[in-house]
Amino acid sequence: MSEKGTSVVIVGGGVTGLSAAWWLARSGVEVTVVEKGIVGFEASGRNGGGCTHYQSPLFHEEQRLWPEMDELLGYPTEYQRGRIIFQVDPRKERFHEGLSLRLPKGYDWEVLIPDDVRALVPLAGDNVVSGVRFHFGGHANPQRTAQAYAWAAQDLGVKILQHTAVRGITAAGGRVTGIETAGGTIGCDALVVAAGPQTGKLMAMLGIDLPMAPARAEMIVTEPLPMMPFTGVDGNGLYGRQTLRGNLAYGGGPHEWFDDVGLEDAPPKPSGSVTRSLARRVAELLPKAAHARVIRSWAGVVENTPDGRPVIERLSAPDNVTVATMSSVGFGLSPASGHAIRDLVIDGACSFADLSKLSLKRFDGLRGDWRVHLNWLPPEPVGAVAAGA
Amino acid sequence: MSQVTLPPPDRASIAGKFLPPQEHVPLIVVGAGTAGCAAAIEAAKAGVSVMLVDENPVSAGLVGMNVPLYFGGRATNAVQTPERLVERVLEANPALAEAFELGVDVRLSTSVWGAWVKGPGLNHLGAGLAGLADEEKSWMVGFDRLIVAAGARDLNFTFAGSDQPGVMGAQGFHTLLAGYDAFAGRRLAIVGSGDLALQTAETALAAGLDVAALVEVRDAPQGPANRVAALAEKGVAIVTGHVPLEARGNAEGVAGLVVVDRGDADRRQEIACDTVVMAVGAVPVIELLDVLGARREMAPGRGGHVPMSDEGGATSLEAVFVAGDCARLGQDAAASGRRAARAALASLGKASSVPAAARDASGPAETNGQPEGDGLAYQLDWARAMLATGGEEVLACICEDVTRGDLLGVKPPRYLGWRSNAIARRDLVTLAGDGPVNQDQIKRLTRACMGPCQARRCREQVALMMAIGAGEPAESVPLAGYRAPVRPLPLSVLADWQESAEMDEGWNVWFGIATQWIGYEDIGTTREAEQLAAGMPY
Repeated sequence: MSEKGTSVVIVGGGVTGLSAAWWLARSGVEVTVVEKGIVGFEASGRNGGGCTHYQSPLFHEEQRLWPEMDELLGYPTEYQRGRIIFQVDPRKERFHEGLSLRLPKGYDWEVLIPDDVRALVPLAGDNVVSGVRFHFGGHANPQRTAQAYAWAAQDLGVKILQHTAVRGITAAGGRVTGIETAGGTIGCDALVVAAGPQTGKLMAMLGIDLPMAPARAEMIVTEPLPMMPFTGVDGNGLYGRQTLRGNLAYGGGPHEWFDDVGLEDAPPKPSGSVTRSLARRVAELLPKAAHARVIRSWAGVVENTPDGRPVIERLSAPDNVTVATMSSVGFGLSPASGHAIRDLVIDGACSFADLSKLSLKRFDGLRGDWRVHLNWLPPEPVGAVAAGA
Repeated sequence: MSQVTLPPPDRASIAGKFLPPQEHVPLIVVGAGTAGCAAAIEAAKAGVSVMLVDENPVSAGLVGMNVPLYFGGRATNAVQTPERLVERVLEANPALAEAFELGVDVRLSTSVWGAWVKGPGLNHLGAGLAGLADEEKSWMVGFDRLIVAAGARDLNFTFAGSDQPGVMGAQGFHTLLAGYDAFAGRRLAIVGSGDLALQTAETALAAGLDVAALVEVRDAPQGPANRVAALAEKGVAIVTGHVPLEARGNAEGVAGLVVVDRGDADRRQEIACDTVVMAVGAVPVIELLDVLGARREMAPGRGGHVPMSDEGGATSLEAVFVAGDCARLGQDAAASGRRAARAALASLGKASSVPAAARDASGPAETNGQPEGDGLAYQLDWARAMLATGGEEVLACICEDVTRGDLLGVKPPRYLGWRSNAIARRDLVTLAGDGPVNQDQIKRLTRACMGPCQARRCREQVALMMAIGAGEPAESVPLAGYRAPVRPLPLSVLADWQESAEMDEGWNVWFGIATQWIGYEDIGTTREAEQLAAGMPY
């Protein structure tokens, strides 16, 4: 495949697809992104903004790229380096021991005693039991970053078609030749599918089974508070951050599985039902912020594969298709996932990481009732009236 | 055979985490204004247990935040002791006494900050659920039917100096003056000249306040000529063809309003006043309905974005009904409240006690804040003239310090201090080139409408500014969605301190999928099995 004049269609205007578009365009590839709604409007722009994913084969590239992203993109991402995690539940006092088993070598981190935590996190209280500080990782602003990818890609000539849903995929001679939309067919030499919860349905159009299940998760945000010296702070069962505006934005806790989400419509994203349990945990984590007023909540819809791990793969048949689902953990890894997709599309292999364990092949022979087996099902309604009430 | 290592079955999902609410009532009515009281009384007369919830009197903290209305820092110290205001609120609203007598469970100083019904994404809900809160705590109440009679709030246009005490909305003014007897101003300049502005002026004069002027962007007053003439006779200046340019102030806030000829920025005059009341229009309060997911439409003749509803107030949601100004500005609120109650009762299989005709014939129609005939065109006249005369440095969003220019240029917030050629080339026009502009997108990029007043002072004017900047019809700008909590609530108040044991035991920071967090190198090795056996790291 020649680098010049190649036409790649990317289905999905979330951070993974947009990053891939930007990376491909940096290599001179002609790219069209097709997005059913607005760029970054689903989970890509509705998450905790974390950039610390040491479980991933893309971790090293994630850590290498984030400090450079503002400059590379030419638009702000609000990336801030570092992460403090601390606990207020005495049962979790030694949580760093479990962490130490999992953190890759070569990354600097330390255990913090409660006084250290309070010095860096003035909103923390007397209930701190222990903490850790990572001198790597960090957080960024999801919506601003998603738009930054889109604008930076456009600056390199990428065409972004918003409000354009994919209705079919055309193939001939064992290769994909284009996609069908309401506005007509768009031909391509190569196809990238990075469409979040809709990725499975799109792969099904090619007769390929990519098992995934969609679910909704929630976050809350407070009014702005004075900036803490360190903003990448979470723990107590929460993920989140203090934004550069000063708001506390936190998520965590129960998710609700959907049966299915539509291919063309934005999935429903009601929020507020987990709000009170989130508020409690934020007030426990940061007791000196307990007076802060919650001014919003939001929900996002993400997909998970049966083992919760991504699929990032250039298919063998049709061999001009690359598929990527990040299995609910895509935002922070997006600088690296886009690079990986670029490599797969252009070179057929990722230049900086082994991705072989993220192949779709691992699901061959997966039990048909896997969602039932894993209890990944929409909940039954609870009773209407409290007993005795 | 599958090679995949599957995680243990999910214990972290929402299933089984929530206890049924401690309280459950057949009918909750939100808002104890004319429509809400009428609905509650109608239902109570039919023998149905009703909970009538109203946030008034609101706490001094919320008054200071301009929630739920634009109070504009012109409240007296009386709002520091809301418990003393209760009596005043009851006096101002005789229907509340009738509701009490009929056994309606009236909850004052209580807000409804969210409401949910079973539907896509909320399959775990049985009956409807409403989130209530007072100053100390929040709690949930189950319902079979909900009538939203949340009324209207103020349509606001900002101008230079309008972020100081003394600039307020007509609804906020009316609540402070008539509802709380706690209005601190003496001399008013009123912006607008339609029905709402005339009512505001008449109310103010009747209360012994001075009204210096009505300011109108168009060449003629918008309200009935006889009422305008009556105000002029009492010394109220009628200043047409002008818009506010700047509020001059001192330590106490507003001391004067400079208005400017809409076609000639050099023609200005200053109106001495301590209060500027924005009375150009009102906005239906649809926030709970949007959180509920009721379908809505842009209907300028009904006040803008309003729920789709039938004559009886039925919405797209089986359990939810609307009444009063939040359904249609200026309709006969009492009659619409009674209709909604009857429709809600009928949907529960209960009949009302009195024939419809006997009740709906009585009572004066309420015409508070009726939208102008040409709807958004009138609002656009104001927005255009104020942009043209006041310029781009004026704040469009006070809470978040976003100017009109920031909005038109889709600039990142100022605290980022971001400058680049790339971003300088972006604006609303380029954004519109990528697809219709969307206010939720603009919120996230500029932060306009993201502040603690929950966009009560800027939501509509930001949408109008977007339409102007992008060259698109104002009707086409999608509503920036409302999200719970629709009142700003402290973490400690909102927190559920009595959640279920299942919630605590099943709480996970993300999905609790153990295989998701195994280091890549460890996948397929003995270390994977060891880590899975040890459980999640934290």
